[in-house]
Amino acid sequence: MRDRHGRAARTTVLAWQLAVAAAILISWEWGVHAKVLDPFFLSRPSAIAARVVSWLATGSIWRHLIVTLEEALLGLILGAVLGIGCGFGLARLPLVARVADPYIKMLNAVPRVVLAPLFLLWFGLGIWSKVALAVTLVFFVMFFNTYQGVRDADPVIIDNVRMLGASERQLARHVLVPSALTWIFSSLQTSLGFAMVGAVVGEYLGAARGLGYVIAQAEGTFDTTGVFAGMTVLAAVVVIVSAGVTRLEKWLLRWKQA
Amino acid sequence: MIALEHVTRDFESPSGATYTAIADVSATIAAGTFSAIVGPSGCGKSTLLNIVAGLLAASRGTIRIGGEPLRGVNRRAAYMFQQDALLPWKDVRENVALGLTLAGTSRREAAERADAWLARVGLAPFARHYPAQLSGGMRKRVAMAQNWIIDRDIVLMDEPFSALDIHTRQRMETELLSLWETANRKTIVFVTHDLEEALALADEVLVLSAGPASRIVSRHAVPLDRPRDLLELRTTSAFVDLYRAVWADLREEVIKSQREKPGA
Repeated sequence: MRDRHGRAARTTVLAWQLAVAAAILISWEWGVHAKVLDPFFLSRPSAIAARVVSWLATGSIWRHLIVTLEEALLGLILGAVLGIGCGFGLARLPLVARVADPYIKMLNAVPRVVLAPLFLLWFGLGIWSKVALAVTLVFFVMFFNTYQGVRDADPVIIDNVRMLGASERQLARHVLVPSALTWIFSSLQTSLGFAMVGAVVGEYLGAARGLGYVIAQAEGTFDTTGVFAGMTVLAAVVVIVSAGVTRLEKWLLRWKQA
Repeated sequence: MIALEHVTRDFESPSGATYTAIADVSATIAAGTFSAIVGPSGCGKSTLLNIVAGLLAASRGTIRIGGEPLRGVNRRAAYMFQQDALLPWKDVRENVALGLTLAGTSRREAAERADAWLARVGLAPFARHYPAQLSGGMRKRVAMAQNWIIDRDIVLMDEPFSALDIHTRQRMETELLSLWETANRKTIVFVTHDLEEALALADEVLVLSAGPASRIVSRHAVPLDRPRDLLELRTTSAFVDLYRAVWADLREEVIKSQREKPGA
């Protein structure tokens, strides 16, 4: 059951994870059944499952899900491009970095939720106001990681590559970018989560489509089952996408495994 | 080949004080020779090597390489570092081929020549491994191939084998010598704190004084026959006599450096 490092086998961990989920769901269902919990406030697992199944069966959820994923993906890509670009630029231009430092900290301290109404005003009710919100979240994660990654590049490796004849551009390509990529990929999970949060919060505050809109609608009619069902779909999507990201990360950082 | 003329290097400490690492060093190193620089730890050996490499500028003085004053990175030299300097995200073949790739050699030719070098250092089966998957000795061999493939006139080595265990180290020293003796002889400058290693490998040993303001205390020729059998050499009377003679100089400096840094 345990390998030589004392770690429990993967199947054991999985079994325990399933057991925890089952325990929570069963006691929740039982609590409602025994009238300990009020289904008006908490709904019940069987009702939530039935709702999710009916959404999938009628196909009504798909257009919302696709919109949310589209927003999150666009936010992730745009945020990554801007964040990586700025991170790389500032890491190579120390003077600019020092000038920009307080402004970056100020911008990062702004709670994104207060920006959402502004983005609605600027970019309208469609997807772009949500993309903008996701970008503001993803940008800083990508920016800080790229900046740190470039600055963290091993000076001995830099010297070695210089001695082997690298120009400044080759140095960036062979050392600084790969060094930063390890940081960027390690932060991809966080960025992905933030992109989803940006999209859903944006939809929640004003939209005609998307998972955030579905949840907001359900809340508007005190439909707790709809709220939990929306959260369930969101959580399932994040788990599936992040499993994909984990595999991508493993492949891209394969050189790290000794 | 390499000429140092009154080379001095100062460093500024964060508190603003000036620390002179090496002071007024003048020396010439002939082409095709194997020179070793020894000295107590912290004596500025690496500083001197970095200046010859062009990675560090001299505060005063001139460095000439083949008569030309050195500006910027020394394009006629390869440099083998004490620390691991392989690119962890490139596999062994890509690492060895790197110098060729940077010079614009086609991918295919670079890979072929890298494979030839890998065979030469006995790592052909490991071409697709990443550095993290290799032992310390294997990584040093990759670094050796990486530096020899670009075929520079000068090879600078900064305690390249100091992190290895004694047996691996002796094997690497033997491989280094056979590489140097069979290829057209490059000018090698080998920094070490180990006098035994210096005498076993080099034609000439330069003793550096304890820091700060290190200078060259003495130079000793090492008239031992080549090719050398490193496993036997160290116990021969000629070797032991040489060791005694050079150690007399080095000992003074080691004692001085220990007096200045108690507990170091």
